Amino acid sequence: MTYYQRLLQASAVTVLLTALVSSAQQEKQGKASQHDAHSTASTYAKASNQAQQEDGDKVFQQHCSRCHTAPDGFSPRISGTVAMHMRVRASLSEREMQALLRFLNP
Amino acid sequence: MSKLTFNRKQNAANAFRCLGLALVALAVNSWCAAQQTPLISGGVGFFTSTNGGNTTYLPIMEPLAAMPIGKHFLLESRAALLESFAPTFGSKAGYNHTHFIGLTYLQGDLIVNSHVTVVGGDYLIPFNTYNERLSPIWIGNFQDGPLIAPLGVFSSGSGVGGMVRGNAIRRNSYSIDYAYFYSTRSGKEQFQASRGNGGRASLYVPDKRLEVGLSYDRLLQGTHENFYGAHVWWEPKDAGFRLRSEYARGHHAQGYWIEADYRTQSLGGLESFWGRIEPLFRMQQTFRRDNVVSDGLPAVNTQRADFGLNYNLPHNTRILTSYSRQFSSTRNTNIWETGVVYRFLFPAWKGRQ
Repeated sequence: MTYYQRLLQASAVTVLLTALVSSAQQEKQGKASQHDAHSTASTYAKASNQAQQEDGDKVFQQHCSRCHTAPDGFSPRISGTVAMHMRVRASLSEREMQALLRFLNP
Repeated sequence: MSKLTFNRKQNAANAFRCLGLALVALAVNSWCAAQQTPLISGGVGFFTSTNGGNTTYLPIMEPLAAMPIGKHFLLESRAALLESFAPTFGSKAGYNHTHFIGLTYLQGDLIVNSHVTVVGGDYLIPFNTYNERLSPIWIGNFQDGPLIAPLGVFSSGSGVGGMVRGNAIRRNSYSIDYAYFYSTRSGKEQFQASRGNGGRASLYVPDKRLEVGLSYDRLLQGTHENFYGAHVWWEPKDAGFRLRSEYARGHHAQGYWIEADYRTQSLGGLESFWGRIEPLFRMQQTFRRDNVVSDGLPAVNTQRADFGLNYNLPHNTRILTSYSRQFSSTRNTNIWETGVVYRFLFPAWKGRQ
């Protein structure tokens, strides 16, 4: 093998290794940015859920607990019925009923 | 067993049978929504009351059923089942017992929008607050209702006919709710009602947690009597303190009650041992306007002070205790009451997940 052939082979291996390393780094960066995107979305979702919970808590405090305390716990299957019952009793709007429903069934 | 008693029992049985069939038939429609499984709620309790040295025992159950049909219609009902054991005097000294089974209400609610809900059937009369909001045994702080509770609710507490209710105005800083009803006369065993109409309007200020309301209704049979009512509730935010009061004036009598209760949050929160203790006080007075005693209030002017101490156990159980001193020109009495109430709430059947 001539000197030039060896040099060519070494260059090819170097390029290949560089490409592999670069690819691995890109994948890592991609994952990291994907993770960041997921994390941001998750933070927004959590913040939104928290806001909705607070809204529902406010509806519960202002309307339901004027007469009674919250029951210790109940099946999520009846949360819609409970919210509808409270809508009639406390004259809740549709938005307030939905907020209460999310509060009862987070 | 007399024929009258038999007929009454048969009527009651028929009413419950019809209710059961209606509930089962209508339940099928509500199967479609996952969170709208019909529910059974209510309270079961055991009370004792010692009045002037005589003790009565009262096991009671108040089941409530609610069944949505679609997104705009709700069918709901509450019943009372109780057995009262009271002392007898004379040659056959001992205890006698009587029982009672009856529907408290059975109504259908059509939710048109946030401002209008149309109610039809046998409903609780919306006069002041006690009848509609505090009368369930799992809600009321005291075992006894206030002395003025019979005023404005036409004896039976419920009307048969229609009602329109909802919020007239809803803003962030205040809201105004209303209810108007018309009741027809009914002599049916489970649906006793008088002919009359009336309503209630209330203003609520959420920031101050203050509610002020006015009620009026008029009996439209026999002697047409007017009833006037007013209520003020103040429940400061995050304070654990509640102040509730009502005034009612009828044709023959008037009166008021003021009730305060408190649960401390400073010693580990509401769920701590100390936070579960709930001291109560209620002051009430009734005044006769004439000598016609047809409204269920005491026959003479009466003052009463109620001192209560409740304990809110985990798992929806409450222990209620109270001592009352009642003053009137006929006799002063001590009333000692104790009770335990369990509140239940579960789906009527499995339903969809």
